[in-house]
Amino acid sequence: MTTTVPAPAAAGHAAAVSTSKPKVRRRARSERARAERRLGWMLCAPAVTVMLLVTAYPIGYAIYLSLHRYDLRFPTETTFIGLRNYGAVLGNRLWWQDLTSTLTITAISVVIELLLGFLLAYVMHRAIFGRGLVRSATLVPYGIITVVAAFAWRFAFDPATGFINGMLHTQRAWFTQQWSSYLVIVLTEVWKTTPFMSLLLLAGFTLVPDDVVKAARVDGATATQRLRKIIIPLMKPAILVAVLFRTLDAFRIFDAVFVQTRGAQGTETVSILGYNTMVSRLNLGLGSAVSVLIFACVLIISFVFVKGFGANLSQQRGEG
Amino acid sequence: MKHRSLSDRAFWGAGTILVVAYALVPIGWIVSLSLKPTANVADHKFLPSGATFANYRTIFKDPQFPAALRNSLGIALIATVLAVALAMFAAYAIVRLDFPGKTAVLSGALAIAMFPQVAIIGPLFNMWRSLHLFDTWPGLIIPYMTFTLPLAIWTLSAFFREIPWDLDKAARVDGATPFQAFRRVIAPLAAPGVFTSAILVFIFAWNDFLFATSLTSTNRARTVPAAIAFFTGASQFDFPTGQIAAASVVVTVPIILMVLIFQRRIVAGLTSGAVKG
Repeated sequence: MTTTVPAPAAAGHAAAVSTSKPKVRRRARSERARAERRLGWMLCAPAVTVMLLVTAYPIGYAIYLSLHRYDLRFPTETTFIGLRNYGAVLGNRLWWQDLTSTLTITAISVVIELLLGFLLAYVMHRAIFGRGLVRSATLVPYGIITVVAAFAWRFAFDPATGFINGMLHTQRAWFTQQWSSYLVIVLTEVWKTTPFMSLLLLAGFTLVPDDVVKAARVDGATATQRLRKIIIPLMKPAILVAVLFRTLDAFRIFDAVFVQTRGAQGTETVSILGYNTMVSRLNLGLGSAVSVLIFACVLIISFVFVKGFGANLSQQRGEG
Repeated sequence: MKHRSLSDRAFWGAGTILVVAYALVPIGWIVSLSLKPTANVADHKFLPSGATFANYRTIFKDPQFPAALRNSLGIALIATVLAVALAMFAAYAIVRLDFPGKTAVLSGALAIAMFPQVAIIGPLFNMWRSLHLFDTWPGLIIPYMTFTLPLAIWTLSAFFREIPWDLDKAARVDGATPFQAFRRVIAPLAAPGVFTSAILVFIFAWNDFLFATSLTSTNRARTVPAAIAFFTGASQFDFPTGQIAAASVVVTVPIILMVLIFQRRIVAGLTSGAVKG
């Protein structure tokens, strides 16, 4: 899940440099420019090649496979069947159920993370003492393996081994009902990724000039007004980017669900569905159709954020 | 800064304690669980009443966990070195050179950072079987390197942009050879950024579960997250809670130490580019 949130800054910078040169000694310059261009491409080539080979090629291959009946248990029966795999996936209740549960988990966790993350970022931004302590503590969940975090919470809620039931004086079997299974999964997600969210938001707090907030205070704005009318609008770019990244990250949720419920009680997510179809049931054709649909969902989510909410990655630098 | 009132201090103090508790409760719980004697595992208590290292002895006696630990370390370290090396070239070019396609590299990397990894496990599974990469170290190193390249390129570009590259020229004017100028001036300036991206890449590779569980099948290449998830007890009726907890502690402690020691760098790396590119 590790993703940093970058800002495409180099572009504007580069353009500014290349247009401001005078036209003297043009040939020598173009010679040098060509050499520079070649060196630039050469230095980027290895990284770009690797990224293309391991992502673009397999996704193309997935599209190809999704148009075929291709089951590793019956490899001789491989045939081109057009869009029938997509029909099978989209016509199946399981896909829609899994998509709903993925979106539910994503929406609930991202909303909670945003609120908690904002609070946490505010504590880090304002805290006068124990700032380092808070920051260290925040980074602990970030560093922990998701599978480990998922087990820790699973054991905590387990009716046999857990301390939660002992604490609440109940005998609840948390993983036998849908709402309580969701609760534990969302809790795991929130616990693990809120720190990341809060760090991104903390960076956003630096976009809010202190004197503007102070001036508003002098003018008589209440704390809520300052938050709603000044801090949040100024932080909007940072908030949007953080939410976009976390939404896409939460949408691919796999580890926690796999460890805690394996998709039981209607908690199966689309990633689990893809994994089960391809790796457990070895149906690569059908599984690839699921993959391509997941890919399409991610594109749609990004599109909605960028076009609908105006999430602008370059705005992050305050230049956009 | 002005003096804060007592209630203000109490408020922020409580907030700090709350945050620390939030972060540490699950860790404390898993440590406690790993130390509980088997008879006490189901005592519903947060703290262990008696402590034993039996679970740790068991996991290290079994061949599965030590093998997974070796695989995890080896694979994550190699992936880190490769990803950071490739990213260093690319980031240098992006920051220092002028060439068309620079923006495409950066936005392509961004797209890959958001890529749903589950979408390629089927094709990779099939390709790796025919290339004999299934259940091998390179079979995991390649995807880890790929999916951490964006992170490494972005982080390194952000750090490299802050380096006063002209110092290199100054050193050359003062009589340093190009190699000396690089080793004595540029390398020390670039090292913190390189180190930071290496930590972030390592954490990613160490954490991955999806590729590890899809592309491995035996102790040959199975890493710790996948191994833990497939731990089986002595008998099928006996779920190895204590052993899973012990294995979790073993793989968690080094990361926590690393995170605490290098916290400033990690924060800088994670937020690099978020505000200042």
